Amino acid sequence: MATIELENIVKRFGSATVVHGLDLAIADGEFVALVGPSGCGKSTTLRMIAGLEDVSAGTLRIGGVVVNHHEPKRRNVAMVFQNYAIYPHLTVRENIAFGLYTSGLPKEKKAARVDEAARILGLEDLLDRRPAALSGGQRQRVAIGRAMVRNPSAFLFDEPLSNLDAQLRNQMRIEIKRLHQRIGATTVYVTHDQVEAMTMADRIVVMRDGRILQIGTPSDLYDAPADVFTARFIGTPAMNLLPASHGPDGLVVEGAAAPIRAPASAAGVARLLVGVRPQDLVCTDAGAGADPDVLTVTGTVTAVEPLGPETHVHLDTSGGPVIALAADRAAPPVGAPATALARTRALHLFDAASEQALGRAAEHA
Amino acid sequence: MIAPAESLDAPAGRRPLRPGRIVAWTLLFIGGVVMVTPLLFMFSTSLKTAGQVYDLRLIPASPTLANYVEVLSDGRFLRWFLNSTLVAVAVTLSNLFFDSLVGYTLAKFRFRGRMIVFIAILSTLMIPTEMLVIPWYLMASQLGWLDTYWGIMFPGMMTAFGTFLMKQFFEGVPDDFLEAARIDGLNEFQIWWKVAMPLVTPALSALAIFTFLGNWTAFFWPLISVTSRELYTLPVGLSSFAVEQSIQWEMIMTGAALATIPTLLVFIALQRYIVRGVMLAGLKG
Repeated sequence: MATIELENIVKRFGSATVVHGLDLAIADGEFVALVGPSGCGKSTTLRMIAGLEDVSAGTLRIGGVVVNHHEPKRRNVAMVFQNYAIYPHLTVRENIAFGLYTSGLPKEKKAARVDEAARILGLEDLLDRRPAALSGGQRQRVAIGRAMVRNPSAFLFDEPLSNLDAQLRNQMRIEIKRLHQRIGATTVYVTHDQVEAMTMADRIVVMRDGRILQIGTPSDLYDAPADVFTARFIGTPAMNLLPASHGPDGLVVEGAAAPIRAPASAAGVARLLVGVRPQDLVCTDAGAGADPDVLTVTGTVTAVEPLGPETHVHLDTSGGPVIALAADRAAPPVGAPATALARTRALHLFDAASEQALGRAAEHA
Repeated sequence: MIAPAESLDAPAGRRPLRPGRIVAWTLLFIGGVVMVTPLLFMFSTSLKTAGQVYDLRLIPASPTLANYVEVLSDGRFLRWFLNSTLVAVAVTLSNLFFDSLVGYTLAKFRFRGRMIVFIAILSTLMIPTEMLVIPWYLMASQLGWLDTYWGIMFPGMMTAFGTFLMKQFFEGVPDDFLEAARIDGLNEFQIWWKVAMPLVTPALSALAIFTFLGNWTAFFWPLISVTSRELYTLPVGLSSFAVEQSIQWEMIMTGAALATIPTLLVFIALQRYIVRGVMLAGLKG
């Protein structure tokens, strides 16, 4: 087990800088997810930790030791790849044992480790099969098994579930999480899927364009996103954003029937964005009220998505498209006008120019 | 051959008989006849006596195995056969090793001058063998390699074609496989040998087949580089039947028929790789 510390880590490919001075300290046994859209530098960062890419500048420590120039094998990390990278010409047993190829362990010990990993991952009956005869989930388990047998100081996962179908992904997500709870090894998990990050990680690192936007626990990111990008990236459906500006009676939000009370944090910012999560915005039959602590959004229903536990109502408002929740799953018909309400304490405020958060809109008692 | 008429009422799923297919099958049939006829004549002639050689009947009037007995009891033939085997096997193994090693390096490592090396290797493909024979000969002569097994083998120990072929295949091997092995602590040679090589077996099979056949039937360079009869390869040895006294066609054909046995064995052993290999390599056999 080990800590991983990144200090002002930079990665350049030729003249292009793809990672701009990352600072990140991962505690021993922590599960950290790096999330962000394609090309945000998350995989590159992981590969630098693994030793598959050189670090252009900065200091990388694993277990307190500077490993910038260490070969991958000297870092004692294990990596699970998106394409599993299990060898088609070897059986499951040989694939798992491959992790111990250079370990120098006696044969019996290797076999015992392989059996142990297979038992934990439920692969005992598949040990003599070849990868071609395995399902995607089983292949991924083999890849994890190969990583496990080495007792590495850290596990690195590079989008390990991207190639699986949705159901299997949910299942493997839980399995990986359980495995982490059981083994307790430091884990860095790269994904572009915020649900994976939210459900698995102790802490999430949101990245964009080679920079860290925010580091925090899943609830930190959900409740207090630091900027518009993180706010939209975390949570499904994405947070609604409505342009707003100061008026004589408070904040005038486009698409809202009445102004809301302007919080202190909004003072001095001319153009704002008001964010409201669809889960906090509920359709109502009651007409628009004038309560300054309630955001009242009005618009026309363009689509209704019943998901079972909840029903999403898509509204076209003067501030742009908005997604709200149908109260008691009773959605208004498509084409009809609708009103949706949100308490102002559930709103997020952002500076429209810098896209930085201004904090939550505090409800007046 | 042309599908019989009943195929018209064949169960659904069979393709109907179309004029295009008739033309295709006819052309293939003619091609087959053109290719098989010389082989049939070879076997036929090998079963004839010297007097019957110019009797062009395909089935000899009185077939005899006497030629086979004579050729096989002649110690020289066996020697040439073994020489050819040695040369073809050694050159094939060498190509499998070096071509894939260089091909892998060019495909999977980024280093300064990589393209220059690759183009330099590739450009040798454009030089005809006949032009290379003189430098080879001078080289072999200066280094004392003439009239040795090594002298026959050295020009083919590594080929540009094989390097190119293997490079193309290694480019198709996902980097993840290699990186996973790198993280598992294998060194670069181990990664090549334990991980990359098993993933390109179809290409290795294709390369093995082409190299073996090319060397088994090679004539020009072995003829030039070797003067001792005991170092002759089979094609050179067989040709010597033609110049000793008179042309002994029945003996040449018997030797040639025997010489096809290893190639047949290679084909039978590797036939499932041949079609795949040729398709993958985008080559004609």
